[in-house]
Amino acid sequence: MGGAAVATSVVLSACKNNDESPVIAKNVIDGQGEMTYRTNPNSGDKVSLLGYGMMRLPVEGGGTFRDHPDANIDQEMVNEQVDYALEHGINYFDTSPAYCKGLSERSTGIALSRHPRNSYYIATKLSNFSPSTWSREASQAMFENSLKELQTDYIDYLLLHSIGGNTNDLDSHQLFNTRFIDNGILDWLVEQKKAGRIRNLGFSYHGDVDIFDMLLQWHDEGKYHWDFVQIELNYLDWKYADELNTRNTDAKYLYEALHSRGIPGVIMEPLLGGRLASLPDHIVKQMQEREPESPVARWAFRFAGTPEGILTVLSGMTYMEHLKQNVVTYSPLRPISEEENAFLMKIAEEIVELPLVPCTACNYCMPCPYGLNIPAIFAYYNSSVTEGKMPTGGPEAKEYWEARKRFLIGYDRNIPALRQANHCIGCNQCAPHCPQNIEIPKQLHRIDDYVEQLKQI
Amino acid sequence: MLRKIRICLQVVMMTLVTLLLLHIGFEVHNWAAWVAKIQFLPALMALNFGVLAVLIVCALLFGRMYCSVVCPLGIMQDIFSWIGGKVKKNRFSYAKENKWLRYGFFAVFAILLIIGFAPVTTLFAPYSAYGRIVNSLFKPLYDLLNNWLAGMDAANDRYNFTEVQVWTRSVTTFVVALLTLIILGGLAIWKGRIYCNSICPVGTTLSFFSRFSLFKVRFDESKCKHCGMCEKNCKAQAIDFKNGKVDYSRCVVCGDCLDKCKFDALHYTAKKPVAASKPVDTERRAFLVGAAVAGTSAALAQTQMKVDGGLAVIEDKVAPKRETPLTPPGSISAKHMQRHCTACQLCVSSCPNNVLRPSTDLMHFMQPTMSFERGYCRPECTMCSHVCPAGAIKPITREEKTSIHLGHAVWVKENCVVLTDGVTCGNCARHCPTGAIQMIDYEGPNGTVQVPAIDENKCIGCGACENLCPARPFSAIYVEGNEMHHIS
Repeated sequence: MGGAAVATSVVLSACKNNDESPVIAKNVIDGQGEMTYRTNPNSGDKVSLLGYGMMRLPVEGGGTFRDHPDANIDQEMVNEQVDYALEHGINYFDTSPAYCKGLSERSTGIALSRHPRNSYYIATKLSNFSPSTWSREASQAMFENSLKELQTDYIDYLLLHSIGGNTNDLDSHQLFNTRFIDNGILDWLVEQKKAGRIRNLGFSYHGDVDIFDMLLQWHDEGKYHWDFVQIELNYLDWKYADELNTRNTDAKYLYEALHSRGIPGVIMEPLLGGRLASLPDHIVKQMQEREPESPVARWAFRFAGTPEGILTVLSGMTYMEHLKQNVVTYSPLRPISEEENAFLMKIAEEIVELPLVPCTACNYCMPCPYGLNIPAIFAYYNSSVTEGKMPTGGPEAKEYWEARKRFLIGYDRNIPALRQANHCIGCNQCAPHCPQNIEIPKQLHRIDDYVEQLKQI
Repeated sequence: MLRKIRICLQVVMMTLVTLLLLHIGFEVHNWAAWVAKIQFLPALMALNFGVLAVLIVCALLFGRMYCSVVCPLGIMQDIFSWIGGKVKKNRFSYAKENKWLRYGFFAVFAILLIIGFAPVTTLFAPYSAYGRIVNSLFKPLYDLLNNWLAGMDAANDRYNFTEVQVWTRSVTTFVVALLTLIILGGLAIWKGRIYCNSICPVGTTLSFFSRFSLFKVRFDESKCKHCGMCEKNCKAQAIDFKNGKVDYSRCVVCGDCLDKCKFDALHYTAKKPVAASKPVDTERRAFLVGAAVAGTSAALAQTQMKVDGGLAVIEDKVAPKRETPLTPPGSISAKHMQRHCTACQLCVSSCPNNVLRPSTDLMHFMQPTMSFERGYCRPECTMCSHVCPAGAIKPITREEKTSIHLGHAVWVKENCVVLTDGVTCGNCARHCPTGAIQMIDYEGPNGTVQVPAIDENKCIGCGACENLCPARPFSAIYVEGNEMHHIS
């Protein structure tokens, strides 16, 4: 498996910009040239390898939408960052009617409409998750509304949002059929493509691999043609997706399935919700010993952009600094070498050993009807694990008590008491929405038990 | 000299009592708890005869020094009186003792204390009155300061201060505390220690002994020039300079008169007993209790179409009506609590889980009661049992706590989300520290569901189920008190 991974990562210099990659003598010298572009074989679109994900927009008063869900999106900042992105060659912007409590499309539309329509590609989705939007009419209305919010009359890349999921009542096939087939909406979207209102039709996939395979089979049979497919890919998911969660599929499998068919891949979660940007000290050390001047996130971005046939790598860049850093990473891409690939596989092996919750803070599970702040609980727990802040050594050790105090105080500071894990009743309304297939109530109960045990000592 | 010693002791005592009542941490309790234990009424309630004997012996030796350096309410009045003295100098004059008010009130108080009628005893216990002032008026300010420091801490990734909830535990008690402060402060500015010498039951009790004290403030007739400065500066209004007499039943041995006498005509000595002047009338004053109704707040729940992010609105919990009030583990029974508690609020201040609050019920007026809207009686905590100076809550260990059944949980079918929202739950069962709740099959209108069943034998009444029940504003499971705590 490792050998195959390496093999794919060396076959990469198909894109012309890679020819200009500087030879690295010692330290990292990214950002010396132009943004790397990849060409979509279906439409001929020349797409920037770095795509802008509009899911984690900044809010007024600072911070991200995830931490301040009641704050207003900081449109001024969004405009500035979109301007910077366009100036530096980014031309792919990915949004959805569901992002940021439904406000992402509007914000994206406001920022992009200030520029010529032919200077960027818009990707949005048919996010008909709620039963109230399963009907043909409601799904059509959702598409029409996307055009209105985005202030355009065509969508460059339209995705069936998050296929492969299920609900408490419907399995993944039933849910897929209900959302896209029984109501005839997929056929309607194909018509829209013929009419030029959609330029590329694809889907984003999480969850049950049966659905993924079925859709690619349809592609092979000529039943439906997929212009692109969005998958989760990073150096952890490459080989260890199913170790993290048995319901997930390794990115290697997904990538190879697409690549063998010549379907361009759009990459989401290159950082696994930021987790690959905040790693335990001992892992950070290994990375920095190799490249002292590279942020640890750069390894993940380079990995995601390296395989051939990847159209663009989406990054939800909340802050200008993230944007600038990523522009440097991809201007041009310095592909991951065979030796570096082996190094990252070893790092992945170490990360998989940590008791983390594979949450990417996408907020699809929210709002929890019982008031919990699910992503914040997971984020706090994960950061405590990766930063080595969990109490260790047992009650006899002095450091244990210090760490216990910090952990418990920090828990109260990060999550208000009424939104903590002990209020999870296990109704399981959240879990079907989770693209990572996390058994959310089970994980919350695990964290609650841990906190309770700490408190009782 | 006597005055200087008195002021030094007052500063020390006031600081310790206030820090203790603010409950700035259990560490304070480790070295300051004794200041509460030596208070007269709590010691009496705790039947702590050793302390009582020492206090009485002290009164027999030194007079009512207790009222000057031990009682925090007395010290508080001295602060107001001192402020009054800055505005108007030499403002006091001798007044006769108001015997009817003083002894009449004392008799009523004693009877109510014996029959265990709490409202009056708790209202007039001086240490407890100060406890309520600290708990209701100063503690919120301290908590705000603490939260500000916690905010600074959080910003700097430090962990010295934890944010706490700032809330009024009982509006009635808040009003009582505020009125106590205003009325006693006003009286102290106007007439010095008039409250201590006409109403305060502890003052009256000690006066029986102080009349016969060994050390007394005595006139040296040969040196006295009858200038009257001693009388004009006696906040107890106990000096009758014209007759060269001091009412030792009211003198609180503050030493002000000694310092004011320019002719060295007053001495605090054990020399040759001089006949005390006969007690005479004083003016009377009593204070009233206001009442207020506690308000409840409720927030509107909202439903949304499925889009990502956001937080659901959480409605505040509302306390259920309990047939039998809940008293903390260690308090034996509501009756024991009623008979021993002086309502000083120390336990309320110290409760880290926001469970204890003063009762508004007349028979348990301002005495602590439990409720679980903001937290529950956590298994590892026995704080209140260790801070109580009056023996109303007896010290217990963590292990003992698990065997004290202060109440029992009751399921309210109508509120249970399993039936109202059609979801699976079981949060009560999952959090019960004694495993007293099991989820059992139940034939609901939409088929078989799992609902909680309570084993009352195992339930200790900690309120984890009530607090963590997702039903709002009224929980679907709540704790009903046991008349007397069951010990298993």
